[in-house]
Amino acid sequence: MVSWSLPWEAVPVLLPLTGAVLTFLWPRQAAAVGLAVAAGIGISLAALVPEMTVGEGWRHPVGGWTAPLGIELHLDALALIMLIMTALVGLGVSLHARVWFHGRQAARFWPLWLSLWAALDALFLAADLFNLYVTMELIGLSAVAMVALAGGRGALEGALRYLLVSLAGSLFYLLGVALLFHGFGTLDLALLAQRADFTPPVMIALGVMAGGLLLKTALFPLHFWLPDAHASAPAPVSAVLSALVVKASFYVLLRLWLALVPAGVAPGPGLLLGGLGVAAVFWGGFQALRQSRLKPMVAYSTVAQVGYLFLAFPIATAAGWRAAILLLLAHALAKAAMFLAAGNLLRHAGHDRIAGLDRIPQRLPLTITAFALAGVSLMGLPPSGGFVGKWMLMEAAMAAGQWWWALVPLLGGLLTAAYVFRVIGHAFTPAPPGPVARSIDSRLEWAALSLAVLAVLSGMLAFWPLGWLEGWP
Amino acid sequence: MSGGVLFALAGIGLFVLGLHALILRTHPLRKVLGLNIMGSGAFLLLVAPAGMPPDPVPQAMVITGIVVAVSATALALVLTVRLRETDGER
Amino acid sequence: MTPENGLLPAIVLSSLLPGLVIFFLPEARVAVRTTLNLVGAVLKLLLVGVLMQEVLAGRVFENRWPLLPGIDLVLHADALSVLFVTLSAVLWLVTTVYAIGYLEGSPGRSRFFGFFSLCVTATVGIALAGNLLTFLLFYEVLTLATYPLIVHRGTEQARRAGRVYLFYTLGGGALLLLGTVGLYRLTGTLEFMPEGFVGQHAEAGKGVLSAVFVLLVTGLGVKAALVPLHGWLPQAMVAPAPVSALLHAVAVVKAGAFGIVRVVHDVFGVAFSLSLGVTGPLALLAAVTIVYGSLRALYQDDLKRRLAFSTVSQVAYITLGVALAGPVATVGGLVHLVHQGVMKITLFFCAGNLAETLGIHRVSEMHGVGRRMPWTMAAFTVAALGMIGAAPLAGFVSKWHLGLGGLETGQAWVLWVLSASSLLNMLYFLPILYVAWFRPPPPVWPQERRFGRRETALALLFPPLFTALLTLLFGLLAGAPFSPLNWARLIAEREYVP
Repeated sequence: MVSWSLPWEAVPVLLPLTGAVLTFLWPRQAAAVGLAVAAGIGISLAALVPEMTVGEGWRHPVGGWTAPLGIELHLDALALIMLIMTALVGLGVSLHARVWFHGRQAARFWPLWLSLWAALDALFLAADLFNLYVTMELIGLSAVAMVALAGGRGALEGALRYLLVSLAGSLFYLLGVALLFHGFGTLDLALLAQRADFTPPVMIALGVMAGGLLLKTALFPLHFWLPDAHASAPAPVSAVLSALVVKASFYVLLRLWLALVPAGVAPGPGLLLGGLGVAAVFWGGFQALRQSRLKPMVAYSTVAQVGYLFLAFPIATAAGWRAAILLLLAHALAKAAMFLAAGNLLRHAGHDRIAGLDRIPQRLPLTITAFALAGVSLMGLPPSGGFVGKWMLMEAAMAAGQWWWALVPLLGGLLTAAYVFRVIGHAFTPAPPGPVARSIDSRLEWAALSLAVLAVLSGMLAFWPLGWLEGWP
Repeated sequence: MSGGVLFALAGIGLFVLGLHALILRTHPLRKVLGLNIMGSGAFLLLVAPAGMPPDPVPQAMVITGIVVAVSATALALVLTVRLRETDGER
Repeated sequence: MTPENGLLPAIVLSSLLPGLVIFFLPEARVAVRTTLNLVGAVLKLLLVGVLMQEVLAGRVFENRWPLLPGIDLVLHADALSVLFVTLSAVLWLVTTVYAIGYLEGSPGRSRFFGFFSLCVTATVGIALAGNLLTFLLFYEVLTLATYPLIVHRGTEQARRAGRVYLFYTLGGGALLLLGTVGLYRLTGTLEFMPEGFVGQHAEAGKGVLSAVFVLLVTGLGVKAALVPLHGWLPQAMVAPAPVSALLHAVAVVKAGAFGIVRVVHDVFGVAFSLSLGVTGPLALLAAVTIVYGSLRALYQDDLKRRLAFSTVSQVAYITLGVALAGPVATVGGLVHLVHQGVMKITLFFCAGNLAETLGIHRVSEMHGVGRRMPWTMAAFTVAALGMIGAAPLAGFVSKWHLGLGGLETGQAWVLWVLSASSLLNMLYFLPILYVAWFRPPPPVWPQERRFGRRETALALLFPPLFTALLTLLFGLLAGAPFSPLNWARLIAEREYVP
C-alpha cells in the first residue's frame, strides 16, 4: 500500500467541499462554481485513471494523521468506479440544474448539492466504519434538504419522512459499529476483514447494520419512503437521489459484506437478501405500471432496479459482484437521465399525468429520446450497460448453480418495458408537431440526452471498468 | 454486573425505547425525540465498555455523533415547523 | 484500420450515420434528406458488391470489439452473411425510393427515415454477426428500431399494433437471451463455426441441449412468424406500405428465419441437430405454419392482411428447408430467403400503390384495376405467380429444391405440404388476378389521386417493376453465375463439408 504524494484522490472530496462554501458565500456565481467543480473533479479522475492497476489500490492519510484517530482515504478499483459514476451523473445534473433553478432556489441548491457530492466522494473513499457513518449522515442531511427545496406540502412531508428514515437507518448502523469496535478493537475495514470470524456476535452486528443500510437503500419492504421523496423533489434532485444516494448505502453494505462474510458460509442471509430483491423487482415494477403520474412511476422504477443489485448476494461469486457493480453504474446513468427527462416534460406541460401526455413528447423530441434511451438501459436491452450487467448477472447465477435467479432480470426487463413504452407510446400521435415555440431551454434537453446516450453506450465501454475489477473482490 | 455491561444494556434499552417511539408515535416532535433517545442509546453502547485507561477513539466517535445528532435534529425541527406553517391549524 | 478491416464496419455505418443525421434534419429539408438516403443506400450496395467478390474469392473479414468478459462483439462475413446482406442492401435501396414517393408530404418523415436507416443498420448487423451475442445485440436493436415505424401514423390502431408487436418481440428476445446465456455456460463459446460449436464443446446432456435449442428457436420464431408466435404480423399491417414491405421482405421476418438458419448450421451444426432429434419437430412446425398461414390468407379480404398471412406461410419454407437437414433442401430454403423477399416486396409495393392511388385496401375493391393500373398489376401478377410456384419464376426454383430435398432426406411428406401450399396459394392469388384483369372496374374508385397521364408516381412504379423483373430473372437465370441459387449452393457446399 503506497501513500501517494500528490493527493489527487483527496480532490474529489475537497473540491466540492470548497465549492459548497464558495457558492454559499457568493450565490450569484453559484452555477459557474458548480460547473467548475465538476470540471475539476473530472480532471482529477482523469489523472487517476491511468494509475489504476489491478490490486489493492492505495491509501492516503489525511493531514498525515494515520488511523485510528486520523482519517484514511482508500482508493481501489471499486472506489474509482464509484467516483467516476458520481462525476458523470454529477456533471449531467449540474448542467441541467444550472438552467433549471433560478434565484433563491439556485442559491440554496448549489451549496447543498456540492456538499452532497463531497460527502458521496468521501464515502466512496472511506476506509473505516465510522467515517462511513459520518459521510452517510452528511449525505442524508444534504439530500433531505434538497428534497425540501421546492417547498410545498408534499415535498416537506416527503423530506421529513426521508429524514427520519435516514437517521433511523444510520443509528442502526452505528449500533453495529459499536458492537464491532468493542469486539475487535478496530474500525478499519481491512483489519476487520482479517480479524473477524463469522461468529454469532458478528452476525448480529452485521444484521443490525444491514437493517439500517437496507432501510437507506430502500429495499423492499423498507422502500415505503422512497416514492414520495424522489417524486416530490425537483427533477435534478430526484436524479441525484435515485442515481447516487441510494447507491451509497448499498456500497457500504457491499463493503461490509465482503469484509465480514466469508464465501461459502451460511447461505441464509444471502438468500434472504436475494428473495427481497426479487420481491422488489416485481413489486416495484407493478407499482410503476399502476402509477398515473410520471415521476412516481420513475421512482418506483428505482425501487425495482435496486432489487436487481441484491441478487448478487445469494450468488456470492466474484462474477456476481461485478455484475451488480455494472448494473449499479448503468442504472445511475439511465435513472438520472430519466428523471431529468421527466422533469423536462413536467416543466413544459405543467403536469406529469401520463394519460395527459398525448402530443407533449412530440414537442420535446430530444427529451423523449432521452427517456426512451434511458428506458433501453433499464430494460436491459443491448448495447446498453444495463444489458451487459443483466447478462453478467444471468451468467453468474448459472455459473453458481443457482440458475433460477437468472429469470428475475429477464422477467423484470419485460415488466420495465411495459411501463416505459406506456410513456413512449404517447410520442407517436396523429397530430403533426408543428412549429411550436419551445417553452423549455434546450440545454435541459441536451443534459438529459447526454446522460441517456452515455447509458446506452456504457455497454460498449464496460470492458474498461471491468478490466480494473479483474480479481476483485 | 460490571459497570460496562450495565451501561451497554442501558444503551440497548434506550435504543429500543427510542425506536418504539419513532415507529408508534404520530406527532413528528415525538418521533424526533425518539430518534434522539435512540442516538443516546447508541452512544452509550459506544463508550460503555471502555475501561481504564480511557480510550479516546470511542469518545471522539460520540462527540462526532452528538454533533451530527444536533444538526439532524435542527433540520428535523425546521421541517416540522415549516410543515405546520403550510398546514394552518392542526 | 487497413482497408480490408474497415469494410464490414463501413457497411454497417453506411446506413447508421445518414440515419443519425436525418433525425436532426428539419422536416422541410426534403432534398438533403433524399440525398442522404440515396447516397447511403447506393454506397452500401457498392460496398456489399465488393464484399461479395472478396468472399467468393475466399477472403476472410472480421472485426472484434470487447463487450463482455470472454465474449467479443464480432462482425464476420461468410457466404451466408453475404446472401442476407446483399438482399438487404438491394431491397433497402428500392424501398427507399418507394418510401420517398409514398410518404411525400406526410408528417414526421425525418423521424421515419431516421428509424428506417436504423432498421437497415440492425439488419445488416444481424447478417454480419459473427457470434450469437452480436446477433442477439442487433436482433434486439431491430426490435427497437422497427417499433417507431409501426406506430408511425400515431393512430390508436397503430399504437395497439405496436404494443402487440413489442409484447411478442421483447418476449421472444428474452427467450433468446436466456438460451444464449445458457448456451455460453454450457459450451464456453458463442462463435459461429461452419459445423456448429455445440457438438464439440458440450458435455451437457442431450436433454439440456435440446431445451436450449427450443429456447433459441422459440425466441427466433417470434420474428420468423412461426405458428403460434405469428400473432403480431397481421396486426403490424397498420404500418405504412414501405414499412410492411421492408418488414415482410427483408428485415424482421427474414432476421428471424436467418437466425434459425444460423442456429441450425453454425451453432448446433446440422449433424448434431439431427442427432439431438430437434430437426424433425422443427420441420413439422414449419409445415404446420405453411399450411395454416395459407389457410388464414384465404379468408382475408383486406389485401395487406392476406399478404401478411401469406408471408407467415412463405417464410416457413426457409425454416422447412433448414429443418429437413439435407444439402438440397438447405439450398431450397436459403434461396427462398432471397426469392420470397423479392416476390413479397413486389406484392406489398403494389398493394401500397393501390392504396395510395385509388384508395383500395380490400380485394373486393380490386375489380378491373388491371385496366386502370396495368404496370402495377403486371408486377403483382408476376410476383403472385412466383408465389404459387409457377415456372420459370423464382418461387418455382425454391419449391423444386425443397421438394427434392424432402425426397433426398426421406421425408417425402414434404411434397404433400408443398403441393397443398401451392394449391392454397392459387386459391387466394388467382381470384385476385382474375378480378383485376377480367372484371369491369367500378364507376368510381374509393379515393382516387391523379398523377397526370401516368398510372401513379414514378417513384411508386419503378420499385415494384424492378423487383418483379428480379423475380423473373432469378427464376429464368437461376443457373447463371451470380444468381441467388448458385450462391445458396455455395453456402450449402461450405456447410455440408463431406
